[in-house]
Amino acid sequence: MAEDITVKDAPVAGGTKKAGLLNRFDNPWLNWKFLSGAGILGFMFFLIFLGYQLWDTDLALSARAPLNLPPVGFSNWRGQEGIPEHPLGTENSGRDMLALWIVGTPRTIFVGVVAATVGMIAGIILGFMAGFLGGIFDDVIRLAVDIAITIPSLLVLIVIQAVLGRVDLLTMALLISLFSWATPTRYIRAQVLSMRESGYVQMARLSGVPVRDIMFKEIMPNLLPYLAASYIGNMQGAIISAVGLEVLGFGPQRIPSLGVAIFFSIEAGALFRNMWWWWGVPTVTLSIVFVALLLISLGLDEVANPRLRKAN
Amino acid sequence: MGGISLNYLVRRLLVFFLTLWVAATLIFIIPRLAPGDPIAAMVARLSYQAGFVENSNLIIEGWKERFGLNDPVYVQYVRYLTGLLRGDLGYSMARFPSTVSELVGRALPWTLGLVGVATVIFFVVGNLCGALLVWNKTPRMVRVMIPISMMFTSIPPLLAGLLLVYVFGFLFKWFPQTYSYGFGMTPALTLEFIANVIHHGFLPAMAIVLVTFGYWALGMRGMMITIEGEDYMILAQAKGLKPFYVLYRYMIRNAILPQMTALAVSIGTLVNGAVLVEVIFNYNGMGTLIFTALREQDFGLIQGTSFILITTSALAVLIIDLSYPLIDPRISLEGR
Repeated sequence: MAEDITVKDAPVAGGTKKAGLLNRFDNPWLNWKFLSGAGILGFMFFLIFLGYQLWDTDLALSARAPLNLPPVGFSNWRGQEGIPEHPLGTENSGRDMLALWIVGTPRTIFVGVVAATVGMIAGIILGFMAGFLGGIFDDVIRLAVDIAITIPSLLVLIVIQAVLGRVDLLTMALLISLFSWATPTRYIRAQVLSMRESGYVQMARLSGVPVRDIMFKEIMPNLLPYLAASYIGNMQGAIISAVGLEVLGFGPQRIPSLGVAIFFSIEAGALFRNMWWWWGVPTVTLSIVFVALLLISLGLDEVANPRLRKAN
Repeated sequence: MGGISLNYLVRRLLVFFLTLWVAATLIFIIPRLAPGDPIAAMVARLSYQAGFVENSNLIIEGWKERFGLNDPVYVQYVRYLTGLLRGDLGYSMARFPSTVSELVGRALPWTLGLVGVATVIFFVVGNLCGALLVWNKTPRMVRVMIPISMMFTSIPPLLAGLLLVYVFGFLFKWFPQTYSYGFGMTPALTLEFIANVIHHGFLPAMAIVLVTFGYWALGMRGMMITIEGEDYMILAQAKGLKPFYVLYRYMIRNAILPQMTALAVSIGTLVNGAVLVEVIFNYNGMGTLIFTALREQDFGLIQGTSFILITTSALAVLIIDLSYPLIDPRISLEGR
């Protein structure tokens, strides 16, 4: 399997003396993929922060602006020009798209962060239990992971949401987290399993280091880049699920998040009325978020796996 | 299938059947965990839509009797499971005389076709791109083009679908925007119909392929880099084997194995994406069926469609898992 092969190259905690000297320039965390991904997200958050200071976010509620205005410099099918009061245009219930962007983007990312964090914590606990304790724990957890990964989570979430109806974002995030533990568990288990057999862990074990210290002082530091990469992947998955559920109509309706905005625009036939700004603003924003997350996880892969670094 | 050890086969089958059981149980339990009872909720929704429903208490009682909701839960559960085993998914509430199996039977082939074709394309293209990124005989042009073509990687298929349908369906009008075949056509095995289906399926399939193949290229690249450093590669070159032969027999042949495992793991995510792409394109498969069922609050149909899609995913995973030892002879030697 992929993990088994790559782990052999995992960096040793602390590194050698030579690596320490070169650290300023040779630091694996300073690769362009990681930095640009983090930079994009950082810049986006900066803009959102600015937006909260400078823009009236109440405009994200319905009936606060003229309807169906295009962005500045464009005209809509009725021949109306965009006006500077609503630079990104408005949609058909009178929400200002800029305000919607400012309010909706962090809400969407919030779902991803909550669901990914909860799933990740469960994944770390289960992964360590399976990989380190082995035996019956390993058998049961592996079986559970195999089953959970096979089931397309969206379908079960649809069944849950069909019963519950529309829920607030925190509930939605927690529901999604019910399905976001399996991939991290599988990943962490594989890493722990191969690290357990590595020389320095064997050495620590022979020296009588307690199991807890082996877990947290020997294995955990080496696992960090893997955990980070897994966390980012988990976040992508959670945001995809959230946006999917929202596009199916399960999101909060009063203050929309990005997925809800897409749902509204599809409902109103914005695609065929050429109101590209309506679905376009959330779609492009989400696409940028996903590309940034991918860049971060590729950068983290390079941190974890020196061979990928060499190939560049 | 001599290559499969008994242990491996039994474990895979166990996972398959357990998956079905867990899915069926979840789908059974979830509505019963929710506050209130589903029939009353349905009648409440009806009266919300129609203003008033006459004799609603009688209707509630009648439905409860009809679906056996007055029996103890374990009786309902056993009856539900045996029903599933016989392929009985119950009735669609919104389109009453139709059974769920009928509706699913009409939608499933379209989804299978769409997802199947898309999967083959992104798996082949992705792995080929990944291999070419590492191979030392790859032309410079190709080496530059591949990373550029991968820029859409990681965007959810749903969003790619929106962009594609707008640009190529609405602005350029190169491809139809909805449905799986032209209006007024009857499905038949004629050349015209097949061409029409391909024309309609192109954009939805592309929505999946464009954003997915990059992942496989990246995974393949990682595997190929590892393989490039192996001793047998030096030997192959020293023997003077043709570069194409080395690429195919030595590099891709070895690197493709973990990719197959990864494919089995990613089936669930793939189905999630396909469901939403279908909704965007109003493609008449399972995704759109589930979306319409949500609209019509047709709970039986939602449950049935979900269960069948989960079953299909589990079956796909099982097939990949079982074919895996056939292409990797080492598995059976290890006796997993």
